[in-house]
Amino acid sequence: MLNWAFIAEKAPAYVKAAGLTLKLAGAGIALSLVLGLLCALALYYRVPVLRRAVAAYIELSRNTPLLIQLFFLYFGLPKLGVMLSSWTCALIGLTFLGGSYMAEAFRGGLDSVSKAQIEAGLSIGMRSLALARHVALPQAFLVALPGLCANSVFLIKETSIVSIVALPDLMFVARELIGLYYNTVEALGMLVFAYVVILLPVSWAFRSLERRFRYAQLGT
Amino acid sequence: MNQEALPLLQIKGLVKTYGKAPALNGVSLSVGKGDAVVILGPSGCGKSTLLRCINGLERIQSGEIILNGENISNPGARWDLVRQRVGMVFQSYDLFPHMSVLDNVLLGPLKVQKRDKAEARRQAEGLLARVGLLDRKKDYPRQLSGGQKQRVAIVRALCMNPDLMLFDEVTAALDPEMVREVLDVIAGLAEQGMTMLIVTHEMDFAKAIADKAVFIVDGAVEEESDGEVFFRNPRTERARRFLNSFQYESRRPRRKTGAAPSGLTPVPVTRATMG
Repeated sequence: MLNWAFIAEKAPAYVKAAGLTLKLAGAGIALSLVLGLLCALALYYRVPVLRRAVAAYIELSRNTPLLIQLFFLYFGLPKLGVMLSSWTCALIGLTFLGGSYMAEAFRGGLDSVSKAQIEAGLSIGMRSLALARHVALPQAFLVALPGLCANSVFLIKETSIVSIVALPDLMFVARELIGLYYNTVEALGMLVFAYVVILLPVSWAFRSLERRFRYAQLGT
Repeated sequence: MNQEALPLLQIKGLVKTYGKAPALNGVSLSVGKGDAVVILGPSGCGKSTLLRCINGLERIQSGEIILNGENISNPGARWDLVRQRVGMVFQSYDLFPHMSVLDNVLLGPLKVQKRDKAEARRQAEGLLARVGLLDRKKDYPRQLSGGQKQRVAIVRALCMNPDLMLFDEVTAALDPEMVREVLDVIAGLAEQGMTMLIVTHEMDFAKAIADKAVFIVDGAVEEESDGEVFFRNPRTERARRFLNSFQYESRRPRRKTGAAPSGLTPVPVTRATMG
C-alpha cells in the first residue's frame, strides 16, 4: 500500500522543486526562443560567416545529448578554469539545446513565406527590416507555432536531467527521497504526478493557442 | 526643355538575361504622363519581365530606366524610394494573408511613408469605397473572392500615390466572371489620367483602354503604335498574326498567306467582357 503519510509529508518538497523546474524551463524556453530566432534570421538573410557558425552550432547541438552537454559545462569547463554555478550550467545547457530546435522551427516558418509575399512587400517600398517585421515574421510565426510549442514541452521535460549538475529540481528530489527512505513507489509516483500536473495544462494551453492562430493564416 | 514634353518613363536599350538566355534584348520605349500603355506579345516574350525590371524586382544587365528624368537603374539607385512612386499589381494578388483589407492597404502609407494615420486612413477608405469594397475593410483576404482580392491589391498600390502603375496580367488568375470588375477599376483609373503600363491578354480590354500599344516578341519591341492604329491596322506582320490568333474564324489557312482581307479588321473576340 502507498504510504500516504510519507506523501503528505514530502509533498511540499515537490512543490518547491516544481517551482525550480518551472523557473528553469521558463527561462530556458525564453532564451531558446531568442537564440533560435536570431539563428533563423542569420540563416534566412544568409549573413556571411555567421550563417556558417549558426549551421555548425545547430548540427552540434542537435546531435549531442543534453546529458553530455551538461557534463561538459559542469565538469569539463572547470578544468579549463571556467567555474559556473549549477543554475547557470543548467540554463546554458537548456538554451544551447533548445536554441537549435527553435531555430529550425523558425527557419521552417520563414522558408514557408513565399517569394511573392516578399515581392509584394518590396513593391510598396518596404526595406528588409520592415519587411521582416511586418510581412515575413508574422507569417513565419504562424507556421512555426506548432513546432515552437512542441519544442517548449520538450524543453520542460528535458529539465529533468539537470539534477545531474546538482540542481534540486523535481527529479533531484525524487532521487534523494528514494536514496534516503527507499519509498520508491511514492517518490516516483509523486514525480510522475508533478510532471503531469505541470505539462497537461501547458499542452492544453498550447493547443488552444495553435487553434486560435490557425484561423489567422493562409488562404491568400 | 519643355517639362510637359518629357515622358514620365523612358526605357533605353534595356537588356535582361537569365544566365545566358536573354529575356529582354534591348527594349526601348517611352510612356507619356497620363498614358495607358498596353504591352502585348506571345507567352514568354518578356512582358512581365519588363514590368518587373521597371520596379527593380529584376536586376538588369544594361540599359537605362528613366523615371521623371531621373535614372533609376543606376547601381546605387534606392529602389525602396522608386517603388513608392511605381505601384505594382501582381497576377496572384499577393495580399498579406495575416492582415485585414484595411491593414493591407495602410501598411505602405503608415510603415513606409510614415504618413499621418487619420489622413492615410481617410484615403484608404475612400479608395476602397471607389472599388466597392469599403464594407469589407475588416475582412481578411481569405474571405474575399479573387476579383475582390485583386481590387484590394490595386487599392494597396494606389494608396501610395504612385506616379505610375504597373499591372502584370492582373486578370489572368481570375474566374471569367470576375474579370470585368477588375478591368473596370483599371479603366476608371485610366480615365482619371493615371499613367499605367498594362500587361494583359484581354484583347477587348486592351483595345478599349490603350493610348499606346507595345508589341513585344522575343524580348524586343516589334511594334510600338497608337492603340487605335495598332488594333485597327498593325504595321507589322507579326502583330497582325498575333491579333488574328485571338479571332477564332481567322485561324484557318488564310493565316498562312498572312494578309487579312483588307477592310476586314481583325476585331478580336475574347472571353473578356468589355462592352
